[in-house]
Amino acid sequence: MSSNREFLYRRLHSLLGVIPIGAFLIVHLTVNWFAVRGREEYNAAAAFMEALPFRYAMEIGLIFLPIIFHAVYGLYIAFQARNNTSQFGYFRNWMFRFQRISGVIVLIFITWHVWETRLAAAFGAEVNFSMMEDIVANPAALIAYIIGITATTFHFANGLWSFAVTWGITVTPRSQQIATYVSIGVFAALTFVGIRSILAFVGV
Amino acid sequence: MSDQTIEMIIVRQEDPDSSSYEQKFSIPYRSNMNVISALMEIRRNPVDAEGNNTTPVAWDASCLEEVCGACSMVINGKPRQSCTALIDKLEQPIRLEPMNTFPVMRDLTVDRSRMFDSLKRVKAWVPIDGTHDLGPGPRMPEAKRQWAYELSKCMSCGVCLQACPNVNDKSDFIGPAALSQVRLFNAHPTGAMHKAERLETLMEGDGGIANCGNSQNCVEACPKEIPLTTSIAALNRATTLQSFKNFFGSDNTA
Repeated sequence: MSSNREFLYRRLHSLLGVIPIGAFLIVHLTVNWFAVRGREEYNAAAAFMEALPFRYAMEIGLIFLPIIFHAVYGLYIAFQARNNTSQFGYFRNWMFRFQRISGVIVLIFITWHVWETRLAAAFGAEVNFSMMEDIVANPAALIAYIIGITATTFHFANGLWSFAVTWGITVTPRSQQIATYVSIGVFAALTFVGIRSILAFVGV
Repeated sequence: MSDQTIEMIIVRQEDPDSSSYEQKFSIPYRSNMNVISALMEIRRNPVDAEGNNTTPVAWDASCLEEVCGACSMVINGKPRQSCTALIDKLEQPIRLEPMNTFPVMRDLTVDRSRMFDSLKRVKAWVPIDGTHDLGPGPRMPEAKRQWAYELSKCMSCGVCLQACPNVNDKSDFIGPAALSQVRLFNAHPTGAMHKAERLETLMEGDGGIANCGNSQNCVEACPKEIPLTTSIAALNRATTLQSFKNFFGSDNTA
């Protein structure tokens, strides 16, 4: 992917991770929370999302294309690194490595998740509480979901931190340290929301 | 003086194309030795730990007081200068390896051209040559001089490039050293006359500033404690603004 546009691609990669992908992730997790309130509430929320105007345009423009670019270019970035946490076991170097590992996990998870839900819907399945209930009735699928959700929230929270550095928002070590605390808070909050919601489908 | 010895394992390599191998050395202890004087001892008596004659280990050194950066190598897993690596403070066996991010020439000698070429690429200097006397340059505020001085301590040793996971054979990343020099010379009142040009160099082609993955190993590894990650983040801001100026239009020459 050698080109004269690397700066543009890298910055686009960083931007897309937060807007729109990060924003979409928050919307998605918020809608999931309706499952905690019960079957009817969740089905009503899913129906509302399905009935949104300009649905296909929003799905393609705000979700599919940004994620595909972020994933493909992200894989290129991930495999360009030569990780050296064994020699340099610093916190940020581990975060650097986890960001790449979690990115690959998230890509696999999202591919599977989209296949089972959105593509299934395109082939005629109905997206509702019982669809998810059936999927996570299999303990392996439930574990896969918990791992996938955690990898996603980690990748997003840590990505927020590097977004702030990449765009020159947090320059001083102090501001970067505070941003680390904020990203830990975001990770904890979103992981709680995500896992609590998925557990609602197994009746917890 | 005593029967004490220093045990060393050195990763050696005949020439740039041959493969590397390990060789053990056991050399007589003297007080206050550093890695350089241990290597000098091997050069004086090139015999390995089993007593076989061997070739002296090749390495680079110049100033012997940690200001030139030439003697940098990986000592017990950490890239650093061998002149200030004191034997008494190192765990034995002491393992010496070349900084293999750079092409290895022979034994511990590496070719750091990659870094020097980057410094040329970003014009890490203040251009003052002309056809007539330009007179004294503008003054620099004292507060700025103080932080700029910290950046000027860079000796181009290459330790930060060795520590960086994104500087490697698969990537053209320019690395922290040259990036920080851009910040230094853009901070200089006369150097700032070429600010946009230096920033654009970091934004053009492959391996520019955007390749930084924020592992922040560089700032941990730097022997001169230069705030490299602060420099990179500051340049991230500067290149962001420069890209807006370039795209939306402005008097972007400085």
